[in-house]
Amino acid sequence: MTDSQTPSGAGAATDEAPVTATAAANAPSAQATGGRSFLPKSTLLRHLLVLVVCAVGAVILLESTSPFRNSQFATLSYYAIAAGGLTLLTGLNGQISLGHGALMAVGAYTTALMLDVERGEDPLPLPLILLLAALAATVVGAIVGVAAARLHGPYLAGATLALAVGLPGLAIYFHDTFGGEQGMTVRAPRAPEWFTSFIDTVSGNPASGTKWLAYVGVVCLLITYFFLANLVRSRIGRTWRAVRDQDVAAELAGINLGTWRVLAFTVSACAAGLAGGVLAIVVRLAAPSGFTLVLSLSLLTAIVLGGLGSLLGALLGSALLVFLPPFVTDLGTEWGLNSTEAAQLAPFVYGVVLVAAMLFAPAGFVGTIRMRWLTMRAKRAMAASAGSTSRG
Amino acid sequence: MNVTLTGLTEGMVYAAFALALVLIWRSTRIVNFAQGSMAAATAFIALSLIQNGQSYWVALIVALASGFVLGAVVERVVIRPVEGGPELNAVIVTLGLFVAIQALIAIIWGSSFESFPAPFGLEGFQVGDSRIAFTPNSVFVIGAVVVTMALLIALFRFTRVGLAMRASAFGQEVARLLGVKVGRMLTLGWALAAVVGSLAGLLIAGGEFVYPAYMDSLIVFGFVAAVLGGLDSPVGAIVGGLILGLALSYVSGYVERGSALVNVSALVILMVVLLVRPGGLFASSVARRA
Repeated sequence: MTDSQTPSGAGAATDEAPVTATAAANAPSAQATGGRSFLPKSTLLRHLLVLVVCAVGAVILLESTSPFRNSQFATLSYYAIAAGGLTLLTGLNGQISLGHGALMAVGAYTTALMLDVERGEDPLPLPLILLLAALAATVVGAIVGVAAARLHGPYLAGATLALAVGLPGLAIYFHDTFGGEQGMTVRAPRAPEWFTSFIDTVSGNPASGTKWLAYVGVVCLLITYFFLANLVRSRIGRTWRAVRDQDVAAELAGINLGTWRVLAFTVSACAAGLAGGVLAIVVRLAAPSGFTLVLSLSLLTAIVLGGLGSLLGALLGSALLVFLPPFVTDLGTEWGLNSTEAAQLAPFVYGVVLVAAMLFAPAGFVGTIRMRWLTMRAKRAMAASAGSTSRG
Repeated sequence: MNVTLTGLTEGMVYAAFALALVLIWRSTRIVNFAQGSMAAATAFIALSLIQNGQSYWVALIVALASGFVLGAVVERVVIRPVEGGPELNAVIVTLGLFVAIQALIAIIWGSSFESFPAPFGLEGFQVGDSRIAFTPNSVFVIGAVVVTMALLIALFRFTRVGLAMRASAFGQEVARLLGVKVGRMLTLGWALAAVVGSLAGLLIAGGEFVYPAYMDSLIVFGFVAAVLGGLDSPVGAIVGGLILGLALSYVSGYVERGSALVNVSALVILMVVLLVRPGGLFASSVARRA
């Protein structure tokens, strides 16, 4: 069965340079190996530095944009958290999942239940609630992962598809707990005192509820990506890639394929659960209609467009998910479509772009750029060495 | 009793849909997740014909024909480049198609619920004093699926084209060496599968409401039925469809508020089958890695 061992994911699509392609899909940070780097050698330090820079950038971005943009960034953050988890699973470990929408639902409902306290009582602190949401999804993910580890390709896609379609049904069945079709409204947590004073000192803007939620989302996003980025560069990440690319060789090297696949699914589910928690407080609603198949598929679109296996790609792809629909919808209205038709234009564009990306640039945005860059560098290096030998 | 009859009828539709998936899987090793929205598209074509005063039968034939064309075009244009590549790419392409076609339907026909006529009565037959849940339309559904299967079997068994299609599914290289135009056969396979899928879509729509996403659960059920039968075996798909139809019907009939649990039970059935017997009940190849 050679076809089951073909490396799936971004790298495999370019016939002429498979090695470059795989390297391009998730290269060990090129700056770290290059001579001209100003960044620290240690992965942890480098990532911490990037984290701090990103955090400062995020504060500047959130303070210099309108409240509407802030709410868009909040939306972006939960998409990006879930997409980051998914890109780890699909890009790095080669397992596809159409069920991440359902895992997000687990996180969202957990958050909704935790925040649903009697008037007068204080709910648990927000970080703890989000942690619990992630934990609940992790447990569900581990169970699904055990089943998923034995499947591959279309089988896995079908099984997780059934998960995405099936799980929201449970919310309807237990409608006393989960509120049935209407779902549960989530009382958004209020911003604490220190946040108000922090915003006041930084920019003097009014610290609205929207702004607080945007900050919660962005902080969750940064923490998640920090952990995921470290994971990708660690021994665990390498093992996942080995399992994806050469499962037989990995098994011979003493790697237990099943365990590592389950682990990948579990980590990915954890991210999805956190994303679901953020979604619940941003949207202020956890309802079955919010976790349709389209959600799972748009996450997949995000990671494929950005480049499978790349966190930056997942972030860019999610940004596309958030900022493209309003743009496309406006365009549709301009062309004379009515509002419901125009609203459907966005998924149509997703679908077409998804197909086109797979046909023409399977490495995704980041992968393609990175591959170009690596090829260019290799060519330049070759030219340089050829020049030096002819001179010498 | 009534529950069993409903289950049989629905099972037949699942079987037809599973058969469409199996046809494509056998020839190209791709699970066509876009099957549902392709079928929905043809159902909407039929619907607009009916609303413009055409008879159900004209609409049915036009819908099946457009399914044929759609299947062929999709295979030629979109699927051909990813055939034989990494399986993940093919899966993603069909998913992209799934979303795109569904959204296109919503753009063209709107996303409201429309009632779709049934060709025959929806009143149950009278048996003694009681009315059973078996309608003339169920007879039509079962009959249509059985006839389709008979035609497919006849095609594969007794015609040269069928032989060539089986050859290209069995061994592409060998078939090509023997002068079979493998590419053409694959296109034909997709087109036929799209016809069967669109038939299933029209049958399930009869007497119900259609909207762009109405095939979403059917694609899951069809997939579950196909896996139940082993994805490889047409007979398995039919038996799997019937088993699934009965099981889901029992769940929604006997469990309190069970209709909300139908999708979940399909998930449970799928998980159990994949964990206990990953090859399905009727798998022809033993060595497949599930």
